[in-house]
Amino acid sequence: MATEAPPRWDRKMQQRLAHGEAAALGELYDRFASLVHTLAHRVLSDETAADRVTREVFGYVWENPGAYDPKQGSLRSWIAALTHRQAVERLRQSQSDGENTPEEIEERVREASAAARADYIVTSMPAPLRAALDLAYLRRLDYRQAAVDLGVTEDEARRRLRLGLQLLSTAHHAPRVPSPPAHGGVR
Amino acid sequence: MSGPAGPEAARVPEPPDDAAAPPTGDHPVPPALPAPTHKVLKSLLGAWALAACSAEETTAVEEHLTDCATCADEAVRLRDAVALLHPEDNLDLDPRLRSRVLSACLGRRPARVPVPDWVAPYDAETARLDALLHDIGEAEWRAPVRLKWFDGERPVARDTTAAAVIGHLLAVDGLLAAVLGLPDPLGPLATEGATPTERTEAFWAMAADGPAGQPPGAVHGGWREQSHALTRTASFAGAEAADRSVPYGPVSLPLADSFVDRAFECWVHAVDIADAIDYPYAPPSAGHLHRMVDLGARLLPAAIADRRRAGLAPPPYALLPVGVPGRTLHLEVEGSGGGHWYIPLDSPGATTSAAETVAHVALDAVEFCRLAAGHIPPEEAAAGQTGDRQAIRDALYATASLSRL
Repeated sequence: MATEAPPRWDRKMQQRLAHGEAAALGELYDRFASLVHTLAHRVLSDETAADRVTREVFGYVWENPGAYDPKQGSLRSWIAALTHRQAVERLRQSQSDGENTPEEIEERVREASAAARADYIVTSMPAPLRAALDLAYLRRLDYRQAAVDLGVTEDEARRRLRLGLQLLSTAHHAPRVPSPPAHGGVR
Repeated sequence: MSGPAGPEAARVPEPPDDAAAPPTGDHPVPPALPAPTHKVLKSLLGAWALAACSAEETTAVEEHLTDCATCADEAVRLRDAVALLHPEDNLDLDPRLRSRVLSACLGRRPARVPVPDWVAPYDAETARLDALLHDIGEAEWRAPVRLKWFDGERPVARDTTAAAVIGHLLAVDGLLAAVLGLPDPLGPLATEGATPTERTEAFWAMAADGPAGQPPGAVHGGWREQSHALTRTASFAGAEAADRSVPYGPVSLPLADSFVDRAFECWVHAVDIADAIDYPYAPPSAGHLHRMVDLGARLLPAAIADRRRAGLAPPPYALLPVGVPGRTLHLEVEGSGGGHWYIPLDSPGATTSAAETVAHVALDAVEFCRLAAGHIPPEEAAAGQTGDRQAIRDALYATASLSRL
């Protein structure tokens, strides 16, 4: 889950989807369903809504495999971006019931987006950084204990924790999610 | 307890409210320790934000933040980043979502190369087991798993590990790989005409818990790669491939039936693993369960005949020529995936006949599968039995005898 598939896998998958191969669709689901569902759930905090986003995202990829441009990045990051857009669009719709001010909606969207981006960053960051963060955050080890556990110097453990958090902090600074486009995008 | 003070100190750059600290800002540094440099303090910011450094270091960092704007700035950012971390939710994806999502996709754009319906149960069951395996940790790969089957006369068991069970599935699925022109996972150890059990023993002899020198979960990747390749290659193989013969040692099955058999085995062993590590594991979907029950029911006449030949069951009333109606057992499988099957009792080639029905057995579809997997003894299996007791006994024992390692 944390590892990026080689670019060759991405291109091959794109070709197989374009060719209309149902087995490829199954493999695509097996590799990315958990990512898509988790990100959607992080934004929407609702199981059914996350299921629906998952269906929309895979439906879009299956119908439009040509929309993926390998030069722009990995298939994984493209699918994460589609998921993000679709989930945020749904969140806006669900909040626009007259009870929330536009500012409240945007604040909620901003928070949910940062949380989802952070999830994506954590699952995509280099494994040594993630392992260090897991030890310090989940297992509550101090950096000296983490260094022992990881078999690295204390300097290196400090470096990994700081670098991991620096990566994570970019979740706050990523460009604002645009409003849903009038056409195109995930339908 | 330095943690909770951290973010406040970072956001409001003031020294922590410490009675011992002189209000003048004249920081007491123990003379034995040299004051950490800016470089060292900066390197500590990540650990500090995670409350993962010593009390002395925490104090030193927080004092430094009051007069270093760059570090104070970064401290706020890192502390906010920590707020984005959260324990893994471990939201298990509903396994039923896969078929819903895939069929919604195929409704929007039909596949040019569909997965044949006789491969669909295998595709679904391998995906479910794969999802279970993604969730298990290294210790669980070594968890003791008890494999159970019926050797023709009595239940037998063998203790192994989750990793070895996946090796077993990989080795036996390899029978289909060979027929589809894919590499045999046993490599040079593969011998012509080996039974599933012999193939498994050969694989385990190579490395019981998977490839040597690798973590026990390493076998997972090889198994998954092969199961994806099988599904894909069968999709491209064309309709005639369904009838290709897959040798299981002395007997053989058409490829289409083999895929159903492998789906069944995958489910059975997924349950073995799930039970061992206390995970819930649901039965297959109704349509797939029905195919599995159907395969078992179709294999029954030959299994009954095999038991007679082996002297494990009394001889038939009469050996009937092919196509002649003979004594019949009505197998009623209840619940999701169930149905009615009429089993010829006297010889595999005989036709069945309502008029010749001498016995009726009723049991639930999952129970039938558990019996066919050798997980329940035949004498405890059927919920409802009426008619010829020897016929019922023959059928239930033959069902249990379909099982193997």
